[in-house]
Amino acid sequence: MDPYFKAVADHALLVTFADQISDGAHASIIALDKAITSNPPDGITETVPALVNLLIAFDPIVTDHSMIEGKVRTLLENLETQRIEGIQRRVQICYETSLAPDLEAVASTTGLSIDAVINAHLTGDFQVLMYGFAPGYAYLSGVSENIHVPRKTAAVRDVPAGSVIIAGPQCLITTLTMPTGWSIIGRSPSPILTGDPAHPFLFDVGDRVAFERIDLKTFENLVREPAYG
Amino acid sequence: MADAELSVTFAGPLVTIQDAGRPGNMRYGVAASGPMDRLAYDAAHAALGNEPGLTAIEVSLGGLMLVCSKGSLTVAITGGDFVVEHAGQKTSSWTILTLRQGEKLAIRAGKAGSWAYLAFAGALATDDWLGSQATHSTSGFGGGAVQAGRSLVISDTEVRDDRLGDIAKPEFIPNGPVRVVIGPQDQHFTSLAIEHFTSETFSVTDAYDRMGMRLSGPALELDGALSIPSEPIVRGSVQVSGDGVPTILLADHQTTGGYPKIATVISCDTDSLTQLRAGQIMRFVSITGQQSVDEVRNFVIRRKQYLEDVSIARGSLEQRLMRENLIHGFIED
Repeated sequence: MDPYFKAVADHALLVTFADQISDGAHASIIALDKAITSNPPDGITETVPALVNLLIAFDPIVTDHSMIEGKVRTLLENLETQRIEGIQRRVQICYETSLAPDLEAVASTTGLSIDAVINAHLTGDFQVLMYGFAPGYAYLSGVSENIHVPRKTAAVRDVPAGSVIIAGPQCLITTLTMPTGWSIIGRSPSPILTGDPAHPFLFDVGDRVAFERIDLKTFENLVREPAYG
Repeated sequence: MADAELSVTFAGPLVTIQDAGRPGNMRYGVAASGPMDRLAYDAAHAALGNEPGLTAIEVSLGGLMLVCSKGSLTVAITGGDFVVEHAGQKTSSWTILTLRQGEKLAIRAGKAGSWAYLAFAGALATDDWLGSQATHSTSGFGGGAVQAGRSLVISDTEVRDDRLGDIAKPEFIPNGPVRVVIGPQDQHFTSLAIEHFTSETFSVTDAYDRMGMRLSGPALELDGALSIPSEPIVRGSVQVSGDGVPTILLADHQTTGGYPKIATVISCDTDSLTQLRAGQIMRFVSITGQQSVDEVRNFVIRRKQYLEDVSIARGSLEQRLMRENLIHGFIED
């Protein structure tokens, strides 16, 4: 399908590539986002990549929807369609039962052993699809198919920051204490909100993510040191 | 330069530190935050003769009480129609006064409005995050909530006698229906839902905070399945949940979400919208994207003129008395 354009109030244009999530649509979103952010046309204030579309926010004093649409159409004609690989990021995870209250339930739902669930998670092909819900909440695609589990029917409250949670094909590392209906399968000491003003978020949309297993002792040593930003 | 210290003796929920916000981080899940009513906040600083964007306190309907425990400074209070009590005198928001050591200041819900701003002739330094002190209410990042027991140190304070008195309210703001551009996910609604959205009235519910304002009105029926991929959200997005209930997302909005958006409130109409209270009735009117750009451009010119007008110091009490005497004398001639 050809991308289509929708006005979002006076200050943004939404470019939609597909109705449902697909690798091709997301690759186009990342490619267009990169084309815009590497050389922003006049008046563009920020872009927000999501699952099937890219929001392009602009200053309505400087430009308008049709001017932005014209510039985006030109960019799309010359868009490098090949897959942008993104930077490989490493995230540590501890699967100790006390930090992974839903590991057993995921094992029982999928008919796998706990170790098999852990291995399936570690071998996922994770890519950052988008951020949303709360600051630093990065939605990762690529959970191995044999551990796709539905959301719980009711959310669990007060899930600690750093929890690694899964639902369907998606995985997320939480940054705040929040309720969630996703399954909690581990805890990460790697802050997504880095606290580093020069690079405040660990991932960019499009980055690849590999999980690296650590034991409880290593986890405890690591969380004692850095603090969430 | 001098410092002043304000000791908070009472603060309702959702009283927070705010500056102009942290735009540019939506791609990382971070809304711009900042004031719910950006015009009232800007007016407070302009009327004090401050640079725009300084740190202020956003006061909710819950109210704020504090005592000036050290020093003295001039402050501006704008937004809605709040009750202001200062050193035994009762007045209302859109005023400038000087707080002196030992004096109490209370800002309470008045006849109208949901948010008031307390700005200072001086600098309030609190925690910042991503270069802004604006509080993101759900995470607490930024300057944070203002609660009883908190002490606020204002540095480089000044007493600005030439600015005391009333601040002109922004009367140029259009007082009509809330203007929206339909979409961007209008394809998920029945044509009747779109029609109802702009022809019926809605009322504000008490499910209203810095994240958003839930409305009550005719159910806005979705056309088919609700399972749509999460799409970007902006301040002003009107998302509709599966049961047909609309919520307008505001300063601390999520940046993406899976509920379809029937419309988006244009940027110059969100400020007055935030001043509505639970139970108040509102109506939407649909305009095109190009019309919304034209409207916003006109609005920005009037907004700038208004802020310039309120930023003119009226002179000291003596100067003002002199001027009034002169005018009085002239009329009597």
